[in-house]
Amino acid sequence: MENLPISTVAATKPVESLNEVTVLFAGDSGDGMQLTGSQFTLATAFAQNDLATLPDFPAEIRAPAGTTYGVSGFQLHFGSVNVRTPGDEVDLLVAMNPAALKVNLERVRRGGAIIVNVNAFKPHSLKLAGYEGSNPLEDEGALNDYRVFEVELSRMTEEALKGFGLDKKAVDRSKNMFALGLTLWLYSRPLKPAIEWLSKKFSKRPELAKSNIHLLKKGYHFGETTEDFVVRYEVAPARLSPGTYRAIRGVEALALGLVAASSKSGLDLFYGSYPITPASDLLHHLSRYKNFGVKTFQAEDEIAAIGAAIGASFGGNLGVCATSGPGLTLKAESTGLAVMMELPVVIIGVQRGGPSTGLPTKTEQSDLLQAMYGRNGEAPLPVLSASTPGDCFYAAYEACMVAIRHMTPVILLADGYVANGSEPWRIPSSSELGGFDVRFAGKTNRKVDGKEVFLPYVRDAATLARPWAKPGTPGLEHRLGGLEKQHETGDVSYDPENHEFMTNLRASKVERVTQFIEPTEIYGHEEGDLLIIGWGSTDGVIKTAVDQLHNRGLKVGTVQLRYINPLPSDLGAILGRFDGYLVPEMNKGQLIRILRDRFLLPFAALNKIQGQPFKASEIVEAAINHCEEIN
Amino acid sequence: MPTLPPSRKPVRPPGRGPRRAGPPKARINRKEYASDQDVRWCPGCGDYAILASVQRLMPQLGVKRENVVFVSGIGCSSRFPYYMNTYGMHSIHGRAPTIATGLKASRPDLDVWVVTGDGDALSIGGNHLIHLLRRNVNLQLLLFNNQIYGLTKGQYSPTSEIGKVTKSSPFGSITPPFNPISLTLGASASFVARTADRDTKHLTKVLKRAHTHSGSAFVEVYQNCNIYNDGAFFDFTERATKADRTVYLEHGKPMLFANGKQGIRLDGFRTSVFDIEGGDFSVNDAIVYDETSLELAGIVSRMSQRPDMPRPFGVFFCEERPTYEQLLWEQISAITERQGQGDLDALLYAADTWTIQ
Repeated sequence: MENLPISTVAATKPVESLNEVTVLFAGDSGDGMQLTGSQFTLATAFAQNDLATLPDFPAEIRAPAGTTYGVSGFQLHFGSVNVRTPGDEVDLLVAMNPAALKVNLERVRRGGAIIVNVNAFKPHSLKLAGYEGSNPLEDEGALNDYRVFEVELSRMTEEALKGFGLDKKAVDRSKNMFALGLTLWLYSRPLKPAIEWLSKKFSKRPELAKSNIHLLKKGYHFGETTEDFVVRYEVAPARLSPGTYRAIRGVEALALGLVAASSKSGLDLFYGSYPITPASDLLHHLSRYKNFGVKTFQAEDEIAAIGAAIGASFGGNLGVCATSGPGLTLKAESTGLAVMMELPVVIIGVQRGGPSTGLPTKTEQSDLLQAMYGRNGEAPLPVLSASTPGDCFYAAYEACMVAIRHMTPVILLADGYVANGSEPWRIPSSSELGGFDVRFAGKTNRKVDGKEVFLPYVRDAATLARPWAKPGTPGLEHRLGGLEKQHETGDVSYDPENHEFMTNLRASKVERVTQFIEPTEIYGHEEGDLLIIGWGSTDGVIKTAVDQLHNRGLKVGTVQLRYINPLPSDLGAILGRFDGYLVPEMNKGQLIRILRDRFLLPFAALNKIQGQPFKASEIVEAAINHCEEIN
Repeated sequence: MPTLPPSRKPVRPPGRGPRRAGPPKARINRKEYASDQDVRWCPGCGDYAILASVQRLMPQLGVKRENVVFVSGIGCSSRFPYYMNTYGMHSIHGRAPTIATGLKASRPDLDVWVVTGDGDALSIGGNHLIHLLRRNVNLQLLLFNNQIYGLTKGQYSPTSEIGKVTKSSPFGSITPPFNPISLTLGASASFVARTADRDTKHLTKVLKRAHTHSGSAFVEVYQNCNIYNDGAFFDFTERATKADRTVYLEHGKPMLFANGKQGIRLDGFRTSVFDIEGGDFSVNDAIVYDETSLELAGIVSRMSQRPDMPRPFGVFFCEERPTYEQLLWEQISAITERQGQGDLDALLYAADTWTIQ
């Protein structure tokens, strides 16, 4: 972070201007840190900064208070410059208790600031946090590298709310609003979005709206009056490209992308789902869009969710389901059925740490090989990925397009990081979205023995897609199923040659998706020392690393793959222009296997399997090391 | 255990031999619903009779052929859709109810039939079956119960009786069977009935009623597997024993059987057989069957687990209540009326926005 002190006269305290800042709110999972973070995000979006967020919370809904495993965090990186990651190092940590400090201290940069709720640093909570017999606020040298602001958050909250008639619990739960007010002041953010949000949220309980807003303002004013803070900061608006923006979470963007696809294709959206972290929010969003004709079906299990989506697709709807790790596994057999029946279905996999239940609330990219190969038999299908929260919109839209155009199930991979993260998003108008070409079969397509008949597996010459005939269409009655199909007639066939032919045909059909893939964009250098190849949510951090590598004089470029199956046809030519290749993934090396299989080039792996996204510095370091190795 | 009748000659599939040929008129109607695929069940399989009955029934239902969809899972019975000249799907093991739910929920205009077996519906697909019935999706679900796994060549099924010797239970099965009627009543099915493959008249009558019913209509069809479980239901289907071993439920009528010589009465919460003549009870003591009573249906369904009782057939329970897709579509239209038809651009902008010039 670069500090550019600029004096202003308007404020009561000196204001320093910053290019970018990373703030981390941390507290108990019941302290409302996710809410505080998202409200700070909203205010930051209002201030027109670029931003990226990282909510990081435990799997337990209310883990025992005060423990380190119950700590919930929300990290936010914002700036007047391009912001693509939630930040490698934290500039300001707001720690609501000792456990939050203990867990997150190592993320704070040397010289960074820490605001602690000093009232929470009592022997019992210190013990719970593992500060046995010690107190980091008092111990000599414990926090010497940081600027620590001891704020009596709990006490001031109690005082501020005297006379509001709230019980002790309600008062204690409000202290995050004081913290929010203080940090909003510190970074010169507007109070308005939070006030509006509180008024709306507590519209039926005006006493709570009043007390929370009061506290928010108290926090803000405290910043102004206390002598602890001698300066406040401001971050100028980012130079984003022209347009109208909103802040968007990845999972919300996925939902909007699906609704957009339904609206533009004219197909009703049928969404089958079984609740699973972190995909459930998609169901929550879509179940509200009833007036778009969206049918959401909360199924009895993961299998029923995709089964219903397949049934709806057979009926001529846009069948979609979303899930996460173990849910994708449960959907495997049905996905294979859709491959065999060649029906369009979109399966969104919001990846999380695995195997088994793994780390439900932490991010990982370890379901790529499952998406590619996790079915019985030869069952190829297009696999796409979403790279940023805003990109989730376009990824979902495109996945629907591919499924319909090629009559195939499609797996779209997101992950917990991209789904829960948020960023400013330039809102597209519906007219700039590409059109769908939905063609339902309406008449017979062959003459057999002088009789006009409909053969369900006669193919489109360009895409090899078979016709989509909806039940209810006279004369096109046909039967689909999981048994091998005879070429063109779709009748059950055990013929050995036919099976091999059809297996190859299904693979060719998926391969032909490449015809429709846009030319691959290279970020950074178009040729040179090193090409970093990524997929999914590593997009932002890799680009940030490429910028830093460029500043160090290395000729590095990156491509972020939207399509992992089929790989874009121009990828080979791009690879040929670089000396080395680095593939960073939040897994043990999955894309790299697919690349090695296809290109036989010396790809180097960079793997991180900690449930946390990469830091840019980690990629920079690996890139430099690899460049040294190959030179 | 049911005792086998003396004659165990394999039954020829209907329409396949001179002895079982149906009336000419019915055959003409039936053809419209027969697909061009060769039927590949074992000769003598009970499935043939069910297929023929369904194919004869369809033209009488007043539904356009293009609006009919048969969905099945895996197993012998699940080959059924291939032989119907309608839309159809032969899906995967146990999952037909899920596909049918998605189809019917999104396309209420279609006439959806699910064909399944005891393994498909009660074992691998047990969860889907109960939830389909709970939701009350408006479709007909035909469970061909032959108390054996046929397609995998003879393992015991979830309806096989304790002690059954099969390939996978050479010393006898040790697990108690499901009673499909009690199970589906417990799963809040709005229509529950039982019939048998070898009584095509009754089969047709029950299927017709099932089709009339608005909601999930569950029909258990006793079906003879002449290869792996031949004669499992002969007690209830063959002339020599049928009258004494079965009781046909009719709404508002007394539960009588054995050609009217015996009746069923309630002894507390248990059913009990009595002689009409010469005993302590008269015809007035027989249960007057009430298919709207879930309690009575529950008690009567349990007769199937008692060897001393005749086996009940017919409609056990019928209740009209809103269907799943009806409620789904009503909610959508009510909300659309209130909020207006969704506008995509408005939705994309439905947040705090800011503009950069």
